[in-house]
Amino acid sequence: MKITPEIIDKHGIKPDEYKKIIKLIGKNPNLLELGIFSAMWNEHCSYKSSKKYLKTLPIKNDKVIQGPGENAGIVDIEDNDAIVFKIESHNHPSFIEPYQGAATGVGGILRDVFTMGARPIATLNSIHFGSHLHSKTKNLLNGVVLGIGGYGNCMGIPTIGGEVKFNSSYNENILVNAMAVGLVKKNKIFYSKAKGINQPVIYVGSKTGRDGIHGASMASNKFDNNSEQKKPTVQVGDPFTEKLLLEACLELMKDNSIISIQDMGAAGLTSSSVEMASKGNLGIELELEKVPCREENMTPYEIMLSESQERMLLILNSGKENQAKKIFSKWGLDFSIIGKTTNSKNLILNYNGNEVANLPLSSLSKDAPEYDRKWIKSTNSKKTENPKNFKSLKISTCLEKILKSPNNSEKSWVWEQYDHTVMGDTVQKPGGDSGVIRIHGKNKGIALTVDSSANYCLADPVTGAKQVVCETWRNLISVGSKPLAITNCLNFGNPEKDKIMGQFVETIDGISQACTYLDFPVVSGNVSFYNETKNNSIPPTPTIGGVGLIKNLNNMMTKNFKEPENHIFVIGKTLGHLYQSEFFREIMNFNNGPPPKVNLFNEKNNGLLILDLISKKLVSSVHDISSGGMLIALSEMCISGKIGAKIRIPNNIIGKHEYLFGEDQSRYIVEISEKNKKEAIKILEKNSVYYEVIGKTQKDYLDLEKEFKINISELSKFNSIWFKNYFEENYGS
Amino acid sequence: MKISATVTLKKDVLDPQGKAVNQTIKNMGFKNVTDVRQGKYFEIEIDEANKEKAKEIIEDICKKLLSNVVIEDYIINYK
Amino acid sequence: MRSSVIVFPGSNCDRDVAVALEKFHIKNQMVWHNDTNLPKTDLVVLPGGFSYGDYLRTGCIASKSKIIDDVIRHAKKGGLILGICNGFQILIEAGLLPGILLRNIGLRFLSKNVFLKVVNTDNQFCLNYKNKDIIQLPIAHNEGNFFAKKELLKMLEDNNLIAFKYCNKNGEIEENSNPNGSSNNIAGVISEKKNILGMMPHPERLIDPLLSGEDGSILFTSLIKS
Repeated sequence: MKITPEIIDKHGIKPDEYKKIIKLIGKNPNLLELGIFSAMWNEHCSYKSSKKYLKTLPIKNDKVIQGPGENAGIVDIEDNDAIVFKIESHNHPSFIEPYQGAATGVGGILRDVFTMGARPIATLNSIHFGSHLHSKTKNLLNGVVLGIGGYGNCMGIPTIGGEVKFNSSYNENILVNAMAVGLVKKNKIFYSKAKGINQPVIYVGSKTGRDGIHGASMASNKFDNNSEQKKPTVQVGDPFTEKLLLEACLELMKDNSIISIQDMGAAGLTSSSVEMASKGNLGIELELEKVPCREENMTPYEIMLSESQERMLLILNSGKENQAKKIFSKWGLDFSIIGKTTNSKNLILNYNGNEVANLPLSSLSKDAPEYDRKWIKSTNSKKTENPKNFKSLKISTCLEKILKSPNNSEKSWVWEQYDHTVMGDTVQKPGGDSGVIRIHGKNKGIALTVDSSANYCLADPVTGAKQVVCETWRNLISVGSKPLAITNCLNFGNPEKDKIMGQFVETIDGISQACTYLDFPVVSGNVSFYNETKNNSIPPTPTIGGVGLIKNLNNMMTKNFKEPENHIFVIGKTLGHLYQSEFFREIMNFNNGPPPKVNLFNEKNNGLLILDLISKKLVSSVHDISSGGMLIALSEMCISGKIGAKIRIPNNIIGKHEYLFGEDQSRYIVEISEKNKKEAIKILEKNSVYYEVIGKTQKDYLDLEKEFKINISELSKFNSIWFKNYFEENYGS
Repeated sequence: MKISATVTLKKDVLDPQGKAVNQTIKNMGFKNVTDVRQGKYFEIEIDEANKEKAKEIIEDICKKLLSNVVIEDYIINYK
Repeated sequence: MRSSVIVFPGSNCDRDVAVALEKFHIKNQMVWHNDTNLPKTDLVVLPGGFSYGDYLRTGCIASKSKIIDDVIRHAKKGGLILGICNGFQILIEAGLLPGILLRNIGLRFLSKNVFLKVVNTDNQFCLNYKNKDIIQLPIAHNEGNFFAKKELLKMLEDNNLIAFKYCNKNGEIEENSNPNGSSNNIAGVISEKKNILGMMPHPERLIDPLLSGEDGSILFTSLIKS
C-alpha cells in the first residue's frame, strides 16, 4: 500500500513529523510502521506538548519510592509497606459510550497499579458533566456511574471517594478521571524495564480483537461532527477477566519469575513492547501470529494497534515459562510466548516468518517529537463591580438554594451505587473530606481524596491550580492524615492554541509552587489535551488525587458534629471573598472576578496545627471550608452529625453574606469540647493561628442569630433531594 | 401487530458473557459447541395496522433505545 | 470448628470472610471451585462477589462448578452452609435454598448499611442474636430482590425459615426500609433442616468497632457456640 499524504494525515501525523520519521529510520515506513508511529507519537503516549513543563514539577522527597515515568507512582508508608497510585483520564471514550468508556477507564487504571505488584485497595473518581439541563447530561451521568460501578464492584475493590460536577462548558466534552490505589511490600515492587537478552516475552490475559484500534489517537483528537464515525473504536470492558488477570499476576509475582511487566493500555501491544524494551535499552522481536486473537484474519496492523482490554505483557526469566503458564491456565487466561528480548535496540515484528516491521526503538521513544508550543499568559479576571443588591437577600433562602443545587448536593445517590465496603477495611466512607482505608491487618490507614476547581482555574490558572493542591491537602488534613503525595490528571483543550497552552503552562506553575511549598510531590499523572468540540474548550481542569498517612487509626477524624454544647471554632481568617464563589454563581448567576488568593504559609501553618490538635485529641470534628463557604461547611457538619448549632456572627467589618458565603482559603471548622477549649486556645495562640469562636453545637436546629432557625432533618432534605428528583423524572424509582 | 427484535453485539465486539457461557458449556461436557454470543430478545405489541409504518416505528425504537448502536446490531422479525 | 471457603473465578469477598472466620478461631481453608471433594469440614461458606462476572444469571455458572456436587452432599448430611450475597445466589441456583433473587427494584447496585430484624434464632448461625434483635449490616448488590410465590412465602413464614428481614431503625418491617423490593422484606432464609443460611447482607464486613460496628461478629460467634 502506498503511503499517501491522506493516509499520513489520517494517522494524525503532521507533514514535518513525517519528514522526521523518514530521517530517523532511514526509509519510508510501511503502513504498519506508520501505524506504530501514529500510536507512539500522538500526544497521549508521547506527551510531546507537555513534557517540557511536566519536567518542572517537584517529584521527589524522602517518602517517594517511584515518581512519574512508571505505570504508577509509589510512596513509602513505613513498615515495609508502600502505596502505589495514579489517576488517568478516559474522557473521549466516555463521551462516545459512557458505560464502556468509564468502565474501561477504571479497568485501565487498576492494571497500572497491579502491574507494579500491588493489590488494589481503593478507587476514586472525578467526573465532570455539562449543565444538568443539557439534553445529553442525564444519559451520560447515568452511563458513567453505572460503568464505574459495574467495573469496580465486580473487581471487588471499594470506590471510596470522588466528585461529580456540572458546568455547561463540559456539555460536549465530559471528563471521567479515575484513580486507583494499591498496597505493595517495598521489596516486591515490579517495574516495566526489561533486562537481559533472549528472555521470553509473554502475552497474557484476554484475546486480541479489533477493539479500539486507534483509541489512543482518538483520545488526542478534538471532536467534530464526524465523531459518530469514530464509534466502533470504543473498547468493551470485561471486569471478570480483569479480576482473574489480577489474581493470576499477583500469584505469579510471589516468586521471582517476572523480570518486568507492563499492561497493554493505550496503543496496546505497540506501546507496551516499545516501553519495556526502550527502558531496558534493549531490542525486542515479536512473532505476531502467536498473539492470541479473537477474530479471524487479523492483520499485523490490527494486532499491534488493538486496544482490547485486560491484557498484559511480561518478560520472564527464561526457564520459568511452564510454571507461569500453569498459573494462567488455572485462571482460564490466555498465555502465549510471542517473542524475545534482543540486543538489536530495534523493534522487529515478524508475521508467519516474514519481517513486517523493523524500527529503531529510539525513534519511537526518546527521539519522539517534543514541542515548545507558543503560549500566552491568561487574561485573568480582575476585580469588577459586585452584582447589585445581594446584601438584601435572605440568608436562609440562599442557603437552601445552594444546598439544593446539583453541584453542592450531597452525592450518596452516586456513591451508593459503588461498593465502598468490600475488602473490609473501609474506615471512612465516601461523603467525608477524604475516604480512609485501613492497611489490612494493621492499625494504620491511608486517606484518599480527589479534587478539582475548574471555575477558579479558568479565572486564574496559577491561583486556581495552587488552590486545588491546597484543597487536596486540607481534605487529607481534615481526617487526621499527614499528606504524602499527589497524582494529577491535567484536562485541557487544544494545546496548539496559545491561549490553551498558556492555561496549561500556568497550571503547572501553580501546582509546582504549592507542591514545593507543602512538600507534597507529584508522583504520577496523565495529561488529556484536545477536550474541545467545535472550538469550545473545557475550562482548564487539573484534577488532583492525594494520599495521606494516618499512623494510628484511633486518631482518625470525621466531619460530623459529635455532641451538643461543644464550641465551634473557625480556624483561619475570613475575609469575605465572594468572586467565583458558589454564592455568586448559584444565587446571583455572576461568574466574573478572580478566585480567592492562596497564602501557602497560612495553608501549611493552619493545616499542621489542625493535625496537632487532632493528634492531641483536642477536637471532636473537623471540616475544611471550601466551595460554598462557612455556612455550607457548617450545614454539612450538622447534617452528617444530625446535630445542630447555634451561631452568632462575630462583630465584623465585612457583611454577613461575605462572612457566611465567602470562599477564603486555608480555613477549617472544628468542634471543641468545654474541657479541651483552654488547651486548644493555648496551642492556637502559641502558633499565631487566627481563630474565631462562632457558637456552640446544640440539638436538632441550625440556628443563626437574627437570621433563621431550621431543623436539621429539613436541612438534610434540601441537600439530598436533587439527584433523586433528577433521575426519578425519567427513570422511575 | 406483534413484532420481535433481537439485539446482539456487533461481530467484532467482545462479548464477555457469551465467552463465559461458552466456556461453561464446554466444561459441562458439550464438546461440539465452538462459540456462543449472547443477545437480547424483545416482543413488541404495536397498535398499527400498516406493516410498513409499524416497521419504521420499530426500526426507530431499535435505534434509539433497544440497541446501543455503538456496539450492538439489531434484527427485526415480522410475523 | 473447621470451615471451607469456596473460591470461584470472580469471588471477591473470599478473603474478607476468611479473615472473619479466623478472627473467631474457626480453622479455615480455601477450596478451589474446580476441586471435586471438600476437605474435612463442618461449615462450607460460599462467599460474595461476582462469580463468572454475574454473566448469564447471577450465581448460575458457579452453581455448575465441580465442587458443587460435594457441597450438595455436605448439605444432605446436615453439614452447615453459609451463602453470603453472591453465595446466596449460588445456593438458590444450586437448588439448596428456595426462591429467586431478582434485580433490585430500583434497577441499581446498592451499597449501604441497612437495618435488619433477626426473626429466627433457632439455627446455628443466629444462636447468639436475641429474637427480634435489630442489627445493622452492609448490603452491596445488584440482584438481591428475593422473590417467592405466595405459597412459598407462606411456607417460609409458617415454618419460621426466614432469618432476617429488612426493617427501619425501630424494627418496623415496612416498605420504606426495604432496599431492593424483596418479598416480605426478606434478607436471609434458612433451609428446612436449618443447616443452610443464605443472606444478602455482609456480616463479614462489620466485625470491628473501627468499621462502625460489630453486629456481624455475632453471627460468627454463634457458629462456634456449642
